[in-house]
Amino acid sequence: MAQLTPWEELEPGGAIAPSTSPASPTGGWRTGLRPDVDLSKCVNCLLCWLYCPDSAITLDGTVFAGFDLEHCKGCEICAVVCPTDAIEMVAEETAA
Amino acid sequence: MTHAARELLTGGEAVAHAMRQIDPDVVPIYPITPQTPIIQGYAQFVADGRAHGELVNVESEHSAMSAAVGAALAGARTMTATSSQGMALMAEIVYIAASMRAPIVVAVGNRALSGPINIHCDHSDSMLIRDSGVVQLFAENAQEAYDLTVLAPRLAEHPAVLLPVLVCQDGFTITHSAEPVELLPDAAVAEFVGEYRIPHAMLDVEHPTSQGPFAMPDYYFEFRRDQAAALVRVLDVLPELADELAASCGRRYSAVEEYALDGAERAIVALGSSAGTIKDVVDELRADGERVGLLKITSFRPFPAAAVAAALASVAEVHVLDRADSPGGAPPLFAELAAALYGSTTALHSHVYGLGGRELHPADIRDVFAGTASDYVGLRGAPCHA
Repeated sequence: MAQLTPWEELEPGGAIAPSTSPASPTGGWRTGLRPDVDLSKCVNCLLCWLYCPDSAITLDGTVFAGFDLEHCKGCEICAVVCPTDAIEMVAEETAA
Repeated sequence: MTHAARELLTGGEAVAHAMRQIDPDVVPIYPITPQTPIIQGYAQFVADGRAHGELVNVESEHSAMSAAVGAALAGARTMTATSSQGMALMAEIVYIAASMRAPIVVAVGNRALSGPINIHCDHSDSMLIRDSGVVQLFAENAQEAYDLTVLAPRLAEHPAVLLPVLVCQDGFTITHSAEPVELLPDAAVAEFVGEYRIPHAMLDVEHPTSQGPFAMPDYYFEFRRDQAAALVRVLDVLPELADELAASCGRRYSAVEEYALDGAERAIVALGSSAGTIKDVVDELRADGERVGLLKITSFRPFPAAAVAAALASVAEVHVLDRADSPGGAPPLFAELAAALYGSTTALHSHVYGLGGRELHPADIRDVFAGTASDYVGLRGAPCHA
């Protein structure tokens, strides 16, 4: 759990500096399914990376590298847009 | 100290002049009686090239306050005005303006809330947003409405405050009644208000911020507490600003005004224009040897409880005049007095008066001081006790 700020140290109106989202793990909101990839089918089109609303597709340079499950909400958009069906949604407890 | 000549102005016209002199950047407006003369007068100044604010003709007061929040947080000095139903429609966004710490100045022409529909003065509209976290200052006359409006941007934008400030004047009684008003020179107002600065202007692209956060149970309470503390700090900031304004105009404002309270055995506590009538009655009764006085509340929010308790410490009998009711509970000003004087031996009486523009006559005030007034002053029918 992140350190919680006491009331007297809050910024007026709760103004927040940019780029704080990565520091807040929100993957716990995911219910049920998580994305999984079969790299033998991946053609590195990066549509998943473009469409992911949570920037939870990780890259190694310009190459698909996997999922940031600390921020993935399990919306399934990556699995839907994948043209080669390399991404499928699997049960949370499925071994990676 | 340079004094401009006195002009014959209504409260609405006087505040339009204050807006011209403050020269805000953005003014989102929607007309409603009785504040319309304020924005009408200001719009005329803009049309004549004597003021330079961006007038945004929005489709409702909800939109007026929404536009004001955006403008103020973007980095523009922002003012608007409203009354009654407009205040009610604005209320949702007034809470947001306060919580986002948007230092918007709002000119209010106080008017009863519907229904039945009515256009005349009472304070129900201001009391509707009593707990929104905004500063609420009440003027006694057109001069005070003008002076408090000049003061308001500095109070709103003070780094220790950063909250909307509402300058309330009684609808018609002040907004539409002409009286001699002394305007400060334009340059003096420009110098007094200075340049608009807030800590996190959204158009400051060198220091980008995300604003209006979602706060869950782990933070909401802290934000509300921070906001409440900022409102209370007005009581510390107001005296410094009042001194500075007094150096220009010779009139010094404070959260409360004590009138003939020295040696007073009985006192009335009131907000707004009725204080002027009460002062006349106090003068007459004092001339007859009666030990009566008035405590006028200028700052209703924050409520200066300590100053009120000190001012009334040796007064035996206090009558609180509320121009708003709280059906089924204590009227708002009375509730504040009861809390401020809790534990004292002062006898405290509540009187609601003037709803929907019902006049408060000197004879009514004499009845209040005499202890013969009903809990509802000026009401036809059987005397009522709450």
